Amino acid sequence: MTELRKRGGGEPASAEKEADGEERLALGLGLAGEPDGEAEGDSKADTPEAPASVDNTPQCLSKALEGLSSRWRNWWIRGILSLTMICLFFLIIYLGPIMLIIGVMVVQIKCFQEIITIGYRVYHSYELPWFRTLSWFFLICANYFFYGETVADYFGVLVQKEEPLQFLVRYHRFISFTLYLTGFCMFVLSLVKKHYRLQFYMFAWTHVTLLIVVTQSHLVIQNLFEGMIWFIVPISIVICNDITAYLFGFFFGRTPLIKLSPKKTWEGFIGGFVSTVIFGFILAYPLAHYQYFVCPVEYDSETNRFAVACQPSELFLLHEYRPPKLLQQFLRQETVTLFPFQIHSVALSTFASLIGPFGGFFASGFKRAFKIKDFADTIPGHGGIMDRFDCQYLMATFVHVYIASFIRGPNPSKVLQQLLLLQPEQQRSIFNLLRSHLREKGMLPPTGSQAQ
Amino acid sequence: MTELRHRGPAETDLQAADDFRGLDKDGAPDGDAHSDSEAKGDTGLPDVPVPPDDTPQVLNKALSGLSSRWKNWWVRGILTLAMISFFFFIIYLGPMVLMMIVLCVQIKCFQEIITIGYSVYHSYHLPWFRTLSWYFLLCVNYFFYGETVTDYFFTLVQREEPLRILSKYHRFISFALYLTGFCMFVLSLVKKHYRLQFYMFGWTHVTLLIVVTQSHLIIHNLFEGMIWFIVPISCVICNDIMAYMFGFFFGRTPLIKLSPKKTWEGFVGGFFSTVVFGILLSYVMAGYRYFVCPVEFNSDSNSFTVDCQPSELFQLQEYPLPAVLQSLTGWATVHMYPFQIHSIALSAFASIVGPFGGFFASGFKRAFKIKDFANTIPGHGGIMDRFDCQYLMATFVNVYIASFIRGPNPSKVIQQLLALRLDQQLQIFNSLKAHLTERGLLPANEVAA
Repeated sequence: MTELRKRGGGEPASAEKEADGEERLALGLGLAGEPDGEAEGDSKADTPEAPASVDNTPQCLSKALEGLSSRWRNWWIRGILSLTMICLFFLIIYLGPIMLIIGVMVVQIKCFQEIITIGYRVYHSYELPWFRTLSWFFLICANYFFYGETVADYFGVLVQKEEPLQFLVRYHRFISFTLYLTGFCMFVLSLVKKHYRLQFYMFAWTHVTLLIVVTQSHLVIQNLFEGMIWFIVPISIVICNDITAYLFGFFFGRTPLIKLSPKKTWEGFIGGFVSTVIFGFILAYPLAHYQYFVCPVEYDSETNRFAVACQPSELFLLHEYRPPKLLQQFLRQETVTLFPFQIHSVALSTFASLIGPFGGFFASGFKRAFKIKDFADTIPGHGGIMDRFDCQYLMATFVHVYIASFIRGPNPSKVLQQLLLLQPEQQRSIFNLLRSHLREKGMLPPTGSQAQ
Repeated sequence: MTELRHRGPAETDLQAADDFRGLDKDGAPDGDAHSDSEAKGDTGLPDVPVPPDDTPQVLNKALSGLSSRWKNWWVRGILTLAMISFFFFIIYLGPMVLMMIVLCVQIKCFQEIITIGYSVYHSYHLPWFRTLSWYFLLCVNYFFYGETVTDYFFTLVQREEPLRILSKYHRFISFALYLTGFCMFVLSLVKKHYRLQFYMFGWTHVTLLIVVTQSHLIIHNLFEGMIWFIVPISCVICNDIMAYMFGFFFGRTPLIKLSPKKTWEGFVGGFFSTVVFGILLSYVMAGYRYFVCPVEFNSDSNSFTVDCQPSELFQLQEYPLPAVLQSLTGWATVHMYPFQIHSIALSAFASIVGPFGGFFASGFKRAFKIKDFANTIPGHGGIMDRFDCQYLMATFVNVYIASFIRGPNPSKVIQQLLALRLDQQLQIFNSLKAHLTERGLLPANEVAA
C-alpha cells in the first residue's frame, strides 16, 4: 500500500484513507481483507500519482459521528449515503420522466467530467491549448446528435408543428456532422509541436469516454421511453446485486473470485446472483400493476406534457403458467399467475449478476492502471459518480439490446415518418404490399366490401 | 534530423530510406528536421525501426541509371498509375469485388495502425492482445455487415431459415460476441501490465471507430450507386495530385505549421481544379446506368444487378446561366445533370476539409515519430497513408446522401412495417391511404380493388 500512501494531502486525512481504502474498493464484497496487491505496480517509471482526495464528509455528519471509531464511522457514512441515494432515486421516479431525463443528463456530464479530469492528471495536460474547450465541445456535439435523434423519434408531432424544429430535424445528421467536423478541425489546428503525442492521447481519451458514457446514457433514456419499468428494474437489480454480494461476502466470504479485485469472493458472487434473481422477480410484480411504470412515455402534443397512459401490453397482463412438477409440489399449486415480464426480469437479473460485475472489474482495473483510488470525491464514503455507475453501463446496453431483440418492434411513428419520405411509387408499392398482407391476416375486409 | 537517424542500422540505409520516404505530398524532403524540441517532451519514446527499402527488383533495375531524386519520382509515378489502373479495373469487375476490396483495405489499415500501437508500447508480449484486437475487429465487422445485409438483401434473408434467425436476433448476437471479448479482456488483465493493456484496449477501439465505421459508410455509399463511390474517391485523389502540382510549380506561402510543405497556392489551385474535375467527371459518369443505379441484389438470379430508371438527379436538365457566364460563353442555357451541382459540394468538401484528415494523420505520425504507417506501397508508404483523406470524405458523402438525396431505404421500411403489431400496421395503412389519396396517387377505383 506504500505508494498509495505517498500521495500528498493532509496527514489526518491519510489515516482515514487507510481505512477507507479497504472499504472503498469497488463497494467490495468479501472479508478477504488483504490490501490491494498493487504494491509492485506497473513497471512504467513515469506513472504519475494522482493527488490524494481530501476528506469531504459534510460537517453535520462528521459532528454526529464524532464519537465512533474510525471503522464504524465509515460504515455509518456509507450507510447513510446509500440510503440518501436510494431516496433520491425514488424521489425522481416520482417526479416523472422529464426529471429522470434531466437526472440522467446530469449524471452523464459528471461522469464525463470525472474521467476527463483523470486524463488531465495522468498526462499533466492542464496546459494543453484549447483542450478543455474541445472536450466539452465534443460532449455537446455528441449529446446534440443523440438528443436530436431521440427527439425526432418521440416528439414527431411536436416537431412537425414548429418550423425551425422541422428544419433542424430534417438536416439533423448534417448539422451534427458539421458541428463535429468543426471540433475536429479545431483540434488539428490546435496541434502544437511540443505536445503532439499528449494531444492525440487526450483526443483519444475524450472519444473513448464519449463512446462509453454518452452512448450508454442515451440507451438508458431510450429504455426509459419504453416504459419506466425498463429503467427502474435494471438499476434496482444492479444496486441489489452490489449490496447482497457485499453482504454475502461479508458473512460467508472465503474463496477469492478474481485477482483483480481481491476482496470479491465466490460466495458473495453466487449469493448475490441468487438473491438478485429473487429480488428482481419480486420487484417486477408490484411495479407491473401500475400504468405509470409500464406504459411507454409519450409526449402529448395537446397538453404539451408527458403522458404515461395506455393499454398495457401483453407482457404486463397476468397469465397463468404451469410450473414444472417439482415446483408444483413445492408450491402446492397447479398453476401460478405471473406477469410475463417477471420472466424477462429473471434474464435481466442473471445478466446483472453474472456479467455486470465485469463492468466493475473493468473499472477496478482502470483505477489500478492509473493508480487512483476513486474516480472522484463527489459522494462521501463512496467516491465519484462514476464509481457508483460503473456496473450500470453494461446493464443499460444489455437492456436496450434485449428490448430491441425480444420485446418491442420498431416504433410505429418512426416507420410512418420514413414511409412519408419515400418516393410516391415506392409508397404505392408498399401500400399494395401492406394491403395484401393485412387482407391475408384478416385485418382488412376482402375485396368487394368497402369500409372507407 | 539527428534523433530520427538514431534508429536502427547503418547510416547509409537510413539516408536512402529518408530520401525515399521523405517525399511528402509536395515533393521536397520532409521538413521534420525542425521538430527536434519535441524529443524532450516524450522521454519514454520508443524508436520505431526504419522499414527497409522494398521497391520491387524489377523497378530497381529499370531505374538504376537515374539519380536518386528522379528515381524516387519515377517510382511514385509508376505506383500512382498502377493504383489508378487497379481502381478502374475493380470498378469494371463490379460491386461484389468492390465490397471485397473495401474489406481488404479496411483490414490492412486496421493492421497497420495496431502494429504501430504495438511498436509504440512494446506490447507484443501482452497476453492475448493480438487475439483480442482481431476478435474485436471481427465482432464489429459482423455487426455492420449484418446490418447491411439485412437492409439490402431482405428477400434473400427471409428465404433462408438460418439467415432469418441470425437477422432477427442480430443485435443480440453481436452484443453477446462483443461482451465475450470484453470479458476476455477483463480476465486477461495482468498485474504488471494494467496500464499498457488499457492503452491497447483504447487504441483498438479508437481504430475500430475510425477505420471500420467509415469503411461501412463507404459500402453504404456504394449501394446508393457506384457514382457515389467513384466520384468522391476520385475527387480526393485529384485534389492530392493537383495540390501537389500547384504547390510544386507555384508554391510559396506555407499553409500550416503541421505540414510545412503544403502551401496556400497548392491549396487554392487544388480546390479549383478539383471542382472542375468533379464537374467533368460527373458529366461523363452520369450517362451510364451502371454507375448511377442503386446496387440491388436480384434474388432470382442471385447476383447483383445495376439496372433501373435513373432518378431525376441523373437526367439532363436545362439551367439558365447567370449573366456573367452567358456573356463569357455565349450560351443562354446549359444542359447539366443536377448531380453535377452536388459534385461541386463534394469537391469543395474534398478540397477544403479533406486535407484536415491528412493533417490529422501527419500529426499522428509526428506524435509517434513514424515516417509512414507501413511499407506496403513502395514510394507511398502504407495503405493508411493513401486513405487518410478518404475517411472524412466517406463520412461526409454518407451524411450528405442521407440529408439531401435519398429517403429511407424502402426494403428496410417494409421490414420494419411487417415487424409491427397488426393493429399498428392497420393504423399506418389508413394513414398511408389518406396520404396517397390526398396526393392523388391513388385513384378512387383502385381503393375498391
